[in-house]
Amino acid sequence: MNTVLLTIVSLSVIGGLSAVILYIVAQRFKVDEDPRIDQVEEVLPGANCGGCGFPGCRGFAEACVKADELDELFCPVGGNECMARVAETLGKKVVEKDPEVAVIRCSGSPDHRPRTNQYDGASSCAIAASLYSGDTGCSFGCLGLGDCEEACDFDALHMNSETLLPEVIDDLCTACGACVVACPKDIIELRKRNKKDRKIFVSCINEDKGGIAKKACDVACIGCKACLKVCAFDAITVENYLAYIDPVKCKLCRKCVEVCPTGSILEINFPPRKTNGHEN
Amino acid sequence: MRIKTFPKGGVHPPENKIAASAAIRDFSIPEIVTLFMNQHLGAPAEPVVQKGDRVRVGDLVAKSGGFVSAPVHAPVSGVVCKVEPLPDQAGYKKMAVVLETEGDEWIDAIDRTTDLVTNTNLTGEEIIQRVSEMGIVGLGGATFPTHVKLKIPPGRKAEVLIINGVECEPYLTADYRLMLEKGEEILVGTKLLMKALQVDRALVGIENNKPEAIDHLSKLAKKYPGIQVAALRVKYPQGGEKQLIKALTGREVPSGKLPVDVGAVVQNTGTAFAVYEAVMKHKPLIERIVTITGKGMAQPSNFRVRLGTSLAQLVDAAGGLPENTGKIINGGPMMGKAIANLDTPVTKGTSGLVILPADESQRKPVLPCIRCSKCITVCPMGLEPYLLMTLGELKRWEEMENHGVQDCIECGSCSFVCPAHRPLLDFIRLGKANVNRLIRSRNK
Repeated sequence: MNTVLLTIVSLSVIGGLSAVILYIVAQRFKVDEDPRIDQVEEVLPGANCGGCGFPGCRGFAEACVKADELDELFCPVGGNECMARVAETLGKKVVEKDPEVAVIRCSGSPDHRPRTNQYDGASSCAIAASLYSGDTGCSFGCLGLGDCEEACDFDALHMNSETLLPEVIDDLCTACGACVVACPKDIIELRKRNKKDRKIFVSCINEDKGGIAKKACDVACIGCKACLKVCAFDAITVENYLAYIDPVKCKLCRKCVEVCPTGSILEINFPPRKTNGHEN
Repeated sequence: MRIKTFPKGGVHPPENKIAASAAIRDFSIPEIVTLFMNQHLGAPAEPVVQKGDRVRVGDLVAKSGGFVSAPVHAPVSGVVCKVEPLPDQAGYKKMAVVLETEGDEWIDAIDRTTDLVTNTNLTGEEIIQRVSEMGIVGLGGATFPTHVKLKIPPGRKAEVLIINGVECEPYLTADYRLMLEKGEEILVGTKLLMKALQVDRALVGIENNKPEAIDHLSKLAKKYPGIQVAALRVKYPQGGEKQLIKALTGREVPSGKLPVDVGAVVQNTGTAFAVYEAVMKHKPLIERIVTITGKGMAQPSNFRVRLGTSLAQLVDAAGGLPENTGKIINGGPMMGKAIANLDTPVTKGTSGLVILPADESQRKPVLPCIRCSKCITVCPMGLEPYLLMTLGELKRWEEMENHGVQDCIECGSCSFVCPAHRPLLDFIRLGKANVNRLIRSRNK
């Protein structure tokens, strides 16, 4: 009986002493953290994708608390709604940003872009790009080895096994920009998200002269400037034999798509055109 | 006595020196030459000609773009027809000058005779100046501008010059043929390099699978005090700068240091010959020896080629592409790179083309690492390739740096021995590129 009592008493004393020591240590070495960091972190989506440019959501929360203005800071995953709540928590102002979505600026599937050689090295775009310009005549286009797919934390980007090109699932894309960084060819662009996810963009980044580009890939932009002439909103520029449509100026009228001789300008998520035969 | 070699790691790939008996043939003057501005390591050269200009053989086409850079000279006489970016061997566009050949008119300064000149009044400084003006770069393949290596940084002193006649890459025979046919010129070039470096000792390292070259040069070297020919046991990558220094002098270049920190300067035999021609004959670097070889080739050859000649023409002259060709490697099969396009020119760094059949060249399916540690055993730099690859796959660049990825000489021994066919070197190279980027951003 004595042994049992002794055990209980001694263990209780040890436990009590430890609690006191732990309490003193916790008080003594307490890290004073701005409680607002926790509050902001609560509001953030918690994806830890790094799309904001900070190491994870906590890093972003710290930056938000420290910053005087929130203009330079943006959580691409949470979007405006999330930033508004951050601003509310901190009592700061925030400017609304247009939501964005990733687009793939290459349509060079094997049907359009014949393969001129074969790569059998390590399956990584970064490695392939450091060795050579690609397995087709186009030295700008997609290598098709899927570094972007691997970089996407949101399952929003997948390689199509037939076209050998990546495809973005608009609903899942948060525009965190991880794929943009991962692509060694700079093919992926973040563009303004339009109503109903409608998109008009030049799906090519080939800067070769028209003839060379067209020979390598029959859906390449050849820099003919037909789109430039037809655009009523001054949204198109052509530089280095390559057209670019400004996503902000573009009013989605689709005139450029009609005139493009190679079909390198894509229109996505639009209703089918009326085929009345009276188009001017 | 044990024959010297480097102690750590190394492999012994099949030698396949099938072009070894083919004497060097002069390749016909091409109708078009394409000269890239980045034929050397360092800053690209800057074109000094314009479309329509006429040039003679030896005229300056592009001037050096900085200290670590080299000028480019016209290898043919004719008219400049293009000064614009063109796709290089990798398919990326790089600045180039294209000449259309007309006749074969040389500038007067060049001595075109084959007479051996052994005496010069030039001082060491003047030799370095000449080497720099003549666009000489390391012809072993790395194409590092030679004059940079000859200028010893203050506070350090060169003690020995090492001439690299190892040619440890399988298949390639350009240096071997040059040693047999131009041995005396190589030794005079060596003397010039010794004068430039102010050293009185030079070692010519040759692997003992080339006994004729060893005999030939040893006999000739008797006339040249200070130059000694050393036979080395065959082991790849003995031609690596650090490995060769260790094999010949027993000194080890510490991590992150240069060979000159242990008093050694290494130059290739081809470079020594080019230095001879530049200094004694006033001839800029306008041609080089290129081996075109492969088991299926009708006529494996060693050509003396004007720079800028299309590779396709060389392959045709060696018997054309065999039907079962799988890959065309620029350089040797260990360190060379498969090329995607034969319509690219010979550059200062083109030591040879190896044409491999499909069944020998295709990579095998990658299997999981079984931790057999063969890659560690063969790594001549004492690294752990399996670990570096894993870190590379995980993009943990800082850890790669801590594990010494910058010491890798990219010899490919690890990938060569891996029983699981893992692309070790590919990921290590990727890591090196990213670590370099990290270091640059840190220094900013």
